[in-house]
Parts: sequence; C-alpha cells; structure tokens
Amino acid sequence: MTVELDFGAVLASWPLLLVGVAWTLGLTAVSAVLGVLTGIAFAWARSEGPVLLQTVVGAYVELIRNTPFIVQLFFIFFGLPAAGFRLSPEVASVIAMVVNLSAYATEIVRAGIEATPRGQREAAISLALSPTQTFVYVVTPPALARIWPALVSQIIIVMLGSAVCGQISVPELTFATSLIQSRNFRSFEAFIIVAAIYLVLAFTVRRLLRWAGPRFVFGR
Amino acid sequence: MVEFTLWDILRNLALAARWTVVLSLIAFLGGGVVGAALLVLRLSPSRIGRALVEGYVELFQGTPLLVQLFLAYFGIALLGLNTSAWTAATLALTLYTSAFLVEIWRGCVEAVPRGQWEAGTSLALSFSENLRYVVLPQALTIAIAPTVGFLVQVIKGTALASVIGFVELTKAGSMVTNATFRPFVVYSCVGLFYFVLCYPISLVAKNLERKLHAAHR
Repeated sequence: MTVELDFGAVLASWPLLLVGVAWTLGLTAVSAVLGVLTGIAFAWARSEGPVLLQTVVGAYVELIRNTPFIVQLFFIFFGLPAAGFRLSPEVASVIAMVVNLSAYATEIVRAGIEATPRGQREAAISLALSPTQTFVYVVTPPALARIWPALVSQIIIVMLGSAVCGQISVPELTFATSLIQSRNFRSFEAFIIVAAIYLVLAFTVRRLLRWAGPRFVFGR
Repeated sequence: MVEFTLWDILRNLALAARWTVVLSLIAFLGGGVVGAALLVLRLSPSRIGRALVEGYVELFQGTPLLVQLFLAYFGIALLGLNTSAWTAATLALTLYTSAFLVEIWRGCVEAVPRGQWEAGTSLALSFSENLRYVVLPQALTIAIAPTVGFLVQVIKGTALASVIGFVELTKAGSMVTNATFRPFVVYSCVGLFYFVLCYPISLVAKNLERKLHAAHR
C-alpha cells in the first residue's frame, strides 16, 4: 500500500489559512493585553489587597488553573446564555482566553512582585510616593522584567490553546483547517501544514515579545 | 418524557470521569517511559541524538495539542490501520506528555552540579553508569514535584480528546447537555469534576516543592 500526500490541494486554499492566521493572532493579541493587565491587577490584589479580596482571587486562580480551557470556553459559550448572557463565539473566546491567561499571569506576576527587594519599597515610601505610585512605578516594572520570559511562554500556550476556539466556530486557524479538509478530504496534509504554521507562529511571537518587552512594556 | 435530575447528570459525568482518569494514567505512564528513553538520548554525548530530541520537544511544545490529536487521528488512518478515538488519543497524549516530561527532567538533571558528573567520570564510570548511579538518584528528588504538577496538565489535556470523539468527561458533558438542555448546570458540574481531580494533585505538588526547598535551605 502506498500513501500519496497532496499538499498542493491544501495550499490552494491559502486565503482561508491566511484569514485563520489573522484570527489566531488577533485573538491572541487582544487576550494577551487584557489578560496580562488583569493578571497584574489580580497579583496586586493577591499580595497587597484586603484579606477578603486575597481569598477570592486565590480561589479564582486555583479554579481556573485546575480546569481545562475547553471546559471554560464551553461554560462561557454554552452555559452563560442559559443564565442570560448571550455572547458571540468571538467574544466568548476572548473572554475565555483572558480568564485563562489572567489566572496564570496572576501567579507569575506575583512571583515577580514577591522577589522585589523590600528596600526598594521602603525607598519609595521614604520619597513620599503613595502606595499606588509605589506599586505602579517602583514594584511592577522590575517585577515584569524578571518574569517576562515566563509570561511570554504563557502567552504562547494561550495562543496554541486558541485552536480549541474553532470548536465554537470562531474562524481561527484550526477552524480554517477543518473547513479545508472537509472540502478536499486531505485531512492529514491539512493538519501537517497547520502544525507547521503554528510552529512558525509560536517561534515568531516568542521572538517578537522577547524583543518588545524591554522596549515597550517595562522600560529601562 | 424523561426528566433528568441533578443526580442523573452527576452520575453520568462520574461514569465518564473514569475514562478521563484511565486516559490520563495511560498517557502519563506511556509518556514517562518514552520521556525517559528520550532523556537518555538527550543527555548522551551524541550530538545528533541531542538535536533530535530538541526538535521533538520544539515540535510538541510549539503546536496545539488539538492539532496533534487530529494528526494522530488522521495519520493512523493513513497507514491503513483502523483508527479508533482510543488509539489516536493515547498516541497523541503519550507523545505530548513525553515531550514535556523530557524537558522537565532535563532541567532536573542539569540542576545536579556539574562536578558530580566529573567526579563520576574521573572514577572511570561510563556514561550509563554515571547516569544510573550518580546523577539520576540526585535528579530524581528534584524531579518529583514538577512531575506530579505536570500530571494536572495531562488530565486537562485529555479534555481535548473529546474533540476527536473520545467519550470522557468533557464529551459526556456535551452529550448530557444535548439531552437535558441545561448547559449551565452541566458544564459547572464538568468543571467541578476536573477541579476535584486536579486540585488535590496541585496541592501535593506544591507541598512536595516546599518540602524540597526546606531540605535544600
């Protein structure tokens, strides 16, 4: 038995793949920004907020980190409409990705905050900075610099996780692939190609974020 | 018309949770065996072996698990074998797990001071003897906590097997939803089941880590 692989049949549908790449990158970009910001806020709440808030955020982090992304997505997309929140697949995906990323980002950022030397905080207080100013200008930038590689890895994981969003018909990369293979039955070839595209995306996004971090996110 | 009570939902999910557990264990054990073999290759003096394992890890960590599952599903069929969701899910999750475990374990081996290797070599131990008697016993203690922690990732990963038609917790959730039209309750219960499975393991991993750190201090 011989197996003939025909990648051309899949590559012929390149416009669909391109749209898929755009959606995957778009979803990732939006949820990375929102997720990391939420993560920073939650990290503040967990390390410096009132006790009640610390407990609530702690429970949130554990709940999200110990359930699969696909279940979170299905809960938001299929479950919430039953409770009165009707969401489009795209919005549901972004919410699920932000929720997922923020839980991991909270723990990552918190580790960075806790590694900030006490003396820096004390110096800020002695310069009459308010607690908010201290957190925003003194504690956060070096904390982010310290944990940036871990945060970038988590963003990549969320990007790869967004493949699941195709299950609720968001036109992202994996959804595009499923569509293509349902038209030409070149399933294996289609998924080989999409795996290669994801590899390139993961590599490029990692490089880009590693480059952008020190320049735009936490300064010098 | 049949009425579904909360008990019916929970009972059906519990029945399906067995398969989540079984699949997780198979993937974890299989991944452990493959991962150990890859680890030896990764640590060996052979440059080609090292490059191969590095590429393998990149491949599995740089692509979505969902795509890997699809590839296994369609790839096995292409070989002329009869594909079941079982074989595809087992294969994909085993390889996925091995790629992560080999990377975790490599980190643990590298945490063993370089001098230990050199001391072993100066005592005329071969590579395999060195690994077996000097380095691995030390790396093993460091490796326990992150390995247990990774089990949580594997359990969560099995949820994706639902997409290729493997009936486990998440798939059962979709099926029960279709029968009861109560997605809010059903998916809450599914999430709860995963939490009950994963949270204790997370706690154990965290405790192990703390204990280890205390020992090192």
